[in-house]
Amino acid sequence: MNAIIEFLIGFFILVGALLSLVAAFGVIRLPDVYTRNHAASKSATLGVMCILLGAFLYFYHLEGHFNSRLILGFVFLFMTSPVAGHLISRAAYHSGVPLWNKSVRDDLKRDMKKASAGNKDDLKKNNKKKALVSK
Amino acid sequence: MAFQILLNIALAFLWMFIKVSYDPVSFIRGYLFGLLIIFVLRRFFHSRFYLYRVWSMISLVLLFFKELVLSNWSVVKLVIRPKLNIRPGIFAYETNLTEDWQITILSNLITLTPGTLVLDVSDDNKTLYIHTIDIDDVDDAVSSIKNSFEKAIMEVSR
Repeated sequence: MNAIIEFLIGFFILVGALLSLVAAFGVIRLPDVYTRNHAASKSATLGVMCILLGAFLYFYHLEGHFNSRLILGFVFLFMTSPVAGHLISRAAYHSGVPLWNKSVRDDLKRDMKKASAGNKDDLKKNNKKKALVSK
Repeated sequence: MAFQILLNIALAFLWMFIKVSYDPVSFIRGYLFGLLIIFVLRRFFHSRFYLYRVWSMISLVLLFFKELVLSNWSVVKLVIRPKLNIRPGIFAYETNLTEDWQITILSNLITLTPGTLVLDVSDDNKTLYIHTIDIDDVDDAVSSIKNSFEKAIMEVSR
């Protein structure tokens, strides 16, 4: 039993460190903001979560100390990091950061164009109405 | 569902008062008896027996973890691969979910799915714009989102 728990602690810490390393490599290697965000928001999350879990198990097993803050940190990280990834990429998109030149499809651009064209039509109609009223 | 849980707690307190013993053990015992009573009287409530819903929430959390592990594996494979032959792109995904919290959970799940990341939600809450690393398996991603995630979220809110 002891050996199993010690193995698990080592496994979690090592896997967490490895995933963080992979996230760092991904941020260096991948070509644009969005693909980098894939690496950063997923691998870094699970990496840090594994390290926290390993630390929790270590203190619980060796010192009999149940540290609930580590569990809370685990839960908070799990809830917030996908939102952070979403917000960063959304902010990048709306401030005009281009996609990688090998990207093939962009539905958002198409729909945004459509929406702005619709708005322009509305504006024209409103202006015409206003003009009619003022006449 | 909240009403059923409150009723269950009230029944547990009733049990504690009947037994004149105020320790956690008798609370748990009363809670279990109350659970049995609510299960027997389940046809008088408007919603389902609440343990079904608790169970579907637990399975949703397990789904989150499974997707997180799978997506990490795919990112690791992508980064380690010597040649970058990926074709990223953005596709629009029509969702049937209506409530705000459902869409939030769905977009979190999609962000943790292998190879997809939510970029934007349209103003009418009907379309999610998803950035994907490989545009070739869009249909795959769409069907997996439709069949597993949306279903699981609907199951919680039913």
